[in-house]
Amino acid sequence: MFKELWESFTDALEGLGSVVHFLIRLIVHSPAALLRFNLISQQVFNSGAFSLVIIMLSGLFVGMVLGLQGFELLQRFGSEEALGTAAAIGLVKELGPVVTALLFAGRAGTALASELGLMRATDQISAMEMMAVDPIQRVVVPRFLGGVISMPLLAAIFSVIGVYGAQLVGVQIMGVDGGSFWSQMRSAVSLSDITEGIVKSLVFGVACSLIAVYQGYYATPTAEGVGRATTRTVVTSAVVILFLDYLITAAFL
Amino acid sequence: MNQPAAIVDIRNLDYAVSGRPVFAGLDIQIPRGKITAVMGPSGTGKTTLLRLITGQVQADDGAIEVAGENMRALSRANLYVLRRRMGMLFQNGALLTDLSVFENVAFPLREHTDLTERLIRQLVLTKLQAVGLRGAAELMPAELSGGMSRRVALARAIVMDPELLIYDEPFVGLDPISLGVILRLIRRLNDTLGITSIVVSHDVLEISTVADQVFLLSGGKVVAGGTPQQLKTNPTEIVKQFVGGLADGPVPFHFPAPDYFDELLSRREAL
Repeated sequence: MFKELWESFTDALEGLGSVVHFLIRLIVHSPAALLRFNLISQQVFNSGAFSLVIIMLSGLFVGMVLGLQGFELLQRFGSEEALGTAAAIGLVKELGPVVTALLFAGRAGTALASELGLMRATDQISAMEMMAVDPIQRVVVPRFLGGVISMPLLAAIFSVIGVYGAQLVGVQIMGVDGGSFWSQMRSAVSLSDITEGIVKSLVFGVACSLIAVYQGYYATPTAEGVGRATTRTVVTSAVVILFLDYLITAAFL
Repeated sequence: MNQPAAIVDIRNLDYAVSGRPVFAGLDIQIPRGKITAVMGPSGTGKTTLLRLITGQVQADDGAIEVAGENMRALSRANLYVLRRRMGMLFQNGALLTDLSVFENVAFPLREHTDLTERLIRQLVLTKLQAVGLRGAAELMPAELSGGMSRRVALARAIVMDPELLIYDEPFVGLDPISLGVILRLIRRLNDTLGITSIVVSHDVLEISTVADQVFLLSGGKVVAGGTPQQLKTNPTEIVKQFVGGLADGPVPFHFPAPDYFDELLSRREAL
């Protein structure tokens, strides 16, 4: 039994090593890929713009729930006016980056993984190699960078809509004073809160996109293999996001 | 320039996949400017041979030269330079599904050249005209039939004007009309563009109408070579079995298995 445990441990380490190796390859190719920015902006459109609706809707509902729960909680201490601060800090530092990343993994990450997996299964990757075009450079890096760029933008949109949702419930429905809602928020939310949110969503962007393109690029070229790659993308992303979230939060304290 | 007569020169080549030899002492010379067919039963390594010629896999031992380059000592950068001089048609076309037909054919030009948009357009339309699909330029790959995809892929393979054009099973799953079109295209492109063609196939009838020379692979070796006519009259058992399409012969009908009778009577519930 110890032997099996040891083997699965070394397997996991090997997997991590090959992911890191893949990341280094992507980074090495990134400067050249940045020169063809139209390829990247197309991917920002694919991963980012198509995730907009789901991000905005979720942001609205998460904000509304925050408004309701926050109001209920703060009312016990007679400090409903702090609702704006509570909602904004919760969204900018935590819920915005994390929920966006989870949604991104489900919406854009799976699409990336299955697209790359199918490209391999249908010989498109080999065809590119035969045309003397490096598929990492031409296909993988733009998708990776597109995801890295999209994530902070989506997280920002999520937080903005979320704050609006909290305001909608707190101020419009529950009757918190609108003036103090906004003014307390403006004085309490500091630059470092925003920085933390941006750092988180950037790191999540790298992690989610890396996992998706890695799983897709190395998927077994069969229907089953592509399906498994897609599932793994979501599962691994979710765990990694929450783990990294803890690390970054601890680092910022 | 003094060019050797053979564009692909393979001598005494060994190649094994996870310990199982695919080729052992393979010798094959493919002449320049002709259409050469490589035939053989499934699983004899026809596609592997193509992968060796295109440098997708490396031989274990022996010599392999393609267009004067020693494939075993070629750096990755030089391999990519060499590949610009080759075109390859994959079994199902392998078109990039997110690009239109026009953009698929333009893809190598956009990646490797700085030609103006006007020139790219002219080149692409010329190649599409050559395969009869100029009218389909704006369609997406998903809107094409199997035969049409392969013709688009052919246009893409010749857009960089290669010296060597490689076809991997170009006839699989085509209706007779598409098949005839592809056959005629292979002949016409070879003759008008002055290129060398290598066709891997197991369609004996089709290939003998178009090939100048045929090699028959079996068991990791070339078992017969010559014109299609010579192959038809070759008295060797394996050639007769393959050309005549007989179920049993040197290539057995049965996959290796334990004795039939023993297995039926054995008490094991599952293997």
